[in-house]
Amino acid sequence: MGFVVYYSSETGNTFDFVRRLGVQAFRIEKQPSPYLLDDPYVLIIPTYADGKGHGAVPKAVIHFLNHVQNRVLIRAVIAGGNRNFGMTYALAGTVVSEKCQVPYLYRFEMRGTNNDVHRVRHLLNQFWEQ
Amino acid sequence: MIPGENTIRPIHAINWNHMEDEKDLEIWNRLTSNFWLPEKVPLSNDIPSWSSLTPGEQQLTIRVFTGLTLLDTVQNTVGVISLLKDSETQHEESVLTNIAFMEAVHARSYSSIFSTLCLTPDVDDAYRWSLESEYLQKKARDVIKHYKGDNPLKKKIASVFLESFLFYSGFYLPMYWSSRAKLTNTADLIRLIIRDEAIHGYYIGYKFQKGLKKQTESTQRDLKRFAVSFLLDLYEIESKYTENLYDPVGLTEDVKIFLHYNANKALVNLGYEPIFPEEMCLVNPAILSSLSPTSDENHDFFSGSGASYVIGKAVATMDEDWVF
Repeated sequence: MGFVVYYSSETGNTFDFVRRLGVQAFRIEKQPSPYLLDDPYVLIIPTYADGKGHGAVPKAVIHFLNHVQNRVLIRAVIAGGNRNFGMTYALAGTVVSEKCQVPYLYRFEMRGTNNDVHRVRHLLNQFWEQ
Repeated sequence: MIPGENTIRPIHAINWNHMEDEKDLEIWNRLTSNFWLPEKVPLSNDIPSWSSLTPGEQQLTIRVFTGLTLLDTVQNTVGVISLLKDSETQHEESVLTNIAFMEAVHARSYSSIFSTLCLTPDVDDAYRWSLESEYLQKKARDVIKHYKGDNPLKKKIASVFLESFLFYSGFYLPMYWSSRAKLTNTADLIRLIIRDEAIHGYYIGYKFQKGLKKQTESTQRDLKRFAVSFLLDLYEIESKYTENLYDPVGLTEDVKIFLHYNANKALVNLGYEPIFPEEMCLVNPAILSSLSPTSDENHDFFSGSGASYVIGKAVATMDEDWVF
């Protein structure tokens, strides 16, 4: 069973989602530090895109993924967002999925509903079993 | 030395190169890069579509937009201005003045829609209606009451409820028309407004949560109780407002589901738990895809739809490779 790596800003929406998932999780901090991982993981991140879709992936996540060792261990991505941002809703997941060539498993709004949490827990179990 | 001179506090020039709260800069950048004006949307393309609406549907649409104009007017001239003096940082003041101005742009946009699509007497009728609409006046008054009060955190709660909840009985209609391929350019303009309001609700909600952390536990409990009961009061008004407007076209129940969904999101912006159970928030999928067009694929990986699953070797990336 792999674990979850996530990023959450001070509003704590993604943090709250991951906490409710109740899985082993590692938080990417805002200040860059050379954390290098040893195990495969699923990435869970919020979206920060502007109207044109720029800046979707938080900078700290980009710095994290720029380390080859971190990047080769990513297995899938899950992204948060808000439908009110229209076409850029949860765009960070699409960007990471394309850049890292991993599946985009799921997306959720803000902190995710309880149904989202159940579904993602189930998805992660299925995903790590296959 | 002049008596009293040492008690005069110096006036500070704002310095964007010294941030106390990084969120202020992040939101400033987001808001300024999203700046728009109604002139950029080709509203006149909707003229044929507008004439395909029945007189009743036209009247409903004009009233809904007049109601939205009224809320934007309140937010522009009373709401955001009332938050200014509670700012924790000078950057927060700057962000708030940007928000206030964009509310003026939103209010102005509805007049652009009217002048492009509608007959002046019909619009004048709707403005008269807005003065007499009991529930529209009541929701505006209830929010203004807190804006004029002296509790900074209650003001922020009122503001988040206006931005993230009260607009949505109105936003529903252009999303509905657009899902039926009607007034699609108008819907594009409304989506720009929805995007702005989402950032406003997020930012003011964030500042609320920051302020809340400094309060005693008992004050925090009181504020939570206040927020939930205020939301329920507003929901009562919104329900009646929705019935008055949408009963004739048979959409009331569908709009109410949208209200529950947005009420929950307003609470989450404040850091609170949703109160409407999920089975009451199952928004019509046509409305959801109208809100976020082209992003409406199902991203449930195991369902087989959504983003294609390609196992590939991770390629080397550097900062410049990422779009930001």
